Amino acid sequence: MDKIDLGAFRFNGSVLSEIPDLRQLDPSDRADMLMAGVDVEERERSGTYLQVDHGEVHCQSHQPGLELLDIKQALAKYDGLPGHFWTQVDADKDEFTRATAQNLHGGYFIRVAKGAKIPEPVQSCLFLKGDMIGQNVHNVVIVEDDAEVHVITGCSVAHDSKGAAHLGISEFFVGKNAKLTFTMVHNWADSTVVRPRTGGVVEAGGAFVNNYVLLKPVKDLQSYPAIRLNGQGAVARFNSVIVAPKGSYVDSGSRIELNAPDTRGEIIARTIASGGTIVSRGFIGGNAAPAKGHLECKGLILGGGVIHAVPELLGTTDGVELSHEAAVGKIAQEEIEYLMARGLDETEATSTIVRGFLNVDIMGLPKELKDVIDATIAESEKEMF
Amino acid sequence: MLRIEDLHVMIGEKEVLSGINLHIAENETFILFGPNGSGKTTLLMTLMGFGNYTITKGRILFRGQDITHAPVYERARLGLGMSFQRPPTIHGLTTRQLVTLCDRGGATDVEGLARSVHMDTFLERDINAGFSGGEIKRSELLQLMAQKPYMLLFDEPESGVDLENMKLIGTTVRGLLTGSIAPKPETSMKEQRVKKRPVSGLIITHTGYILEYLNADRGQVLYNGHLCCEANPRDILDHITKYGYQECVRCLQ
Repeated sequence: MDKIDLGAFRFNGSVLSEIPDLRQLDPSDRADMLMAGVDVEERERSGTYLQVDHGEVHCQSHQPGLELLDIKQALAKYDGLPGHFWTQVDADKDEFTRATAQNLHGGYFIRVAKGAKIPEPVQSCLFLKGDMIGQNVHNVVIVEDDAEVHVITGCSVAHDSKGAAHLGISEFFVGKNAKLTFTMVHNWADSTVVRPRTGGVVEAGGAFVNNYVLLKPVKDLQSYPAIRLNGQGAVARFNSVIVAPKGSYVDSGSRIELNAPDTRGEIIARTIASGGTIVSRGFIGGNAAPAKGHLECKGLILGGGVIHAVPELLGTTDGVELSHEAAVGKIAQEEIEYLMARGLDETEATSTIVRGFLNVDIMGLPKELKDVIDATIAESEKEMF
Repeated sequence: MLRIEDLHVMIGEKEVLSGINLHIAENETFILFGPNGSGKTTLLMTLMGFGNYTITKGRILFRGQDITHAPVYERARLGLGMSFQRPPTIHGLTTRQLVTLCDRGGATDVEGLARSVHMDTFLERDINAGFSGGEIKRSELLQLMAQKPYMLLFDEPESGVDLENMKLIGTTVRGLLTGSIAPKPETSMKEQRVKKRPVSGLIITHTGYILEYLNADRGQVLYNGHLCCEANPRDILDHITKYGYQECVRCLQ
C-alpha cells in the first residue's frame, strides 16, 4: 500500500453548528448514517453523540447513570482525565496518534456509573462530510464496576465523498464485573483512508465484546484493537465481519492478552475478498494460568482478491490453553448441492451459505441495525457471484 | 411417477451403472438391495442430479418430465426429495432457517414438525453441526416433511441409528409416504386415499429394519451396476440373509 500523505487532507476549519434534532439532517447524510447503524429517530437509544468533520453537533444522554460528553468537555471537567486519557494507546506510536494528540477535533466520552445497567444502546457517529477532510477523534469509554452498556458506533462518509481521512483513538475501561459491548459499523467510500488506534483494559469479572462490521469499500484501512484482561475471570470476544470489494485494502486484526487467571479470550474473524485485499490478523497471548484463548480466522475469496490470514498465539507460562483455526478458501460444492436438493437455485444457495458464513446473528444486534446489515450484504453479494 | 430407461452413469473414468431400467408407480414404495459398491448410492445421487455423476446414456422421467439433464433444484421443486446419508454442516445456518427454506411456500409449522421428530431443541443449532447418526436422520426427515416431495429417495434409513430412533424414523417415513389417513366421520379412508397427493419411495436398505414399518411393494437387487432379481422385498431380504449375494452373481452370469 502507498504511504498515506496526511498533508493532502484538511484538518481544520470545518465546524458545523449544533443540530438539536437529528431528523433535521440532510436526507442523503441520514441515509449514509443509517448504513453505519445510526438511528436518527433515536428510538431505542439511551443517548446519541454525533460529530461531523471537526466538531460535535449533537450530544445527548437520555438515561440516568449514562454520562455522554464531547471529549474536550470531558477533559475540561475531569482535569484531563488522568489515569485514562492516552493510557491505553501510546500517543507517540505513529504519525496518526501524534496527529491526533496535537490537533484534537473531538470524539465521545462515555461513562457508565457504578452499577448502572443501560437498557438501550448508546449510539455515536463520526461523520465525514466535506471533501478531503481529515478528522482526528479520541474516544474514551469507562464502564464502572458492575455497570453494563452497549455502544454502537458508526463511522461514515457522505456518499459523494471524493476523499477523506479518519484517525480515531479509542480507549476502553471495563471495571469489575462490568460489561461493555462495542459494535462498530464502518461505511466508508473507495477514497477513504482510515487509521483507528484502539486499546483497552478489563478488570476482574468484566466482559468486553467487540463487534466489527465492514461491508463497504474503503481505500486503505488499518486497525488492530488490543485488549488486556488484567483481572481474574475477565473475558473478551472479538467478532469481525469484513468484505473487501475491488479497490479495498483492509488490514484488520485484534489482540487479546490474558494477564490473569481464569481469563478467556476469543477472536472470530470472517472475511470475504471480492476483488480487494484483506490481511486478517489475530493475536492471543496467554501470560497467566489457567487461561483459555481461541482464534478463528476464516476467509473466502469470491470473485478475485487476496486474503492473508495471520493468526498468532503466544503462551508464556505453564497451563495456558490457546488454539487457532484458520482457513482461506471457497464455498464447498457439497454445501451448495445440499441446499439445491432442497429447492434453492445456485444463487440462493450460495447467498444462504455466505450469510451463514458471515453470521452476523451472533452479534445480537438491534433488529433495525441487523436489517441494514443484511441489506448491505445482499447489495455486496452482486460482486461475489 | 419415476421411469428410468437404460441409464448408464460414469464416475470419472469408471462406469458404475450399466443400463438400469426401473419404473416406480404412484404410491409405490420400491426397495433397493445390493452389496457395498454396487452402485445404489450412485443411482440416488444421479436421480437427484449431482455433479461427478455423468450420464452417458439413457434417460430419467419424473412426473412426466424428462429430468435427465435438469439442475438439482429443478428436480427438487418438481418433487424429488432426498435424505442424505452424510450431509455437510453449514455454519451460521440454523436448522430452523433451513426447514423454512425447504418449504418454499413458507407456511409450515416448523415447531410442530420438529416436535414430531424430537428435533425441537435443535432448531437454533447450525444444521448438522455435531449431530449424531440418529439426529442427522431426524433432521433430514424434518426437512423432507417441510419440502413435501412426491418421491422420497432414502439412502439407508437405519445406518447409525439405535432401535428407539429406528421406530421414530420408520413411522415418520411411513407418514411421509402414506400421509395421515385415518377413519373420519365425513370421508371414508378409501375416498381419502383417492384424493391424497401421490407419494412414492425409493429406499436403499442393508438390514431391512425399515421394512418393519412400511408397506414396501417391490424390491430388486443392484449388483455391479445391474438390476436383477425382482421380488417381494421381504423375500429378497430372507434370501440375502441366508445366502448372501452369491446367488445374484450366478443369476447375472
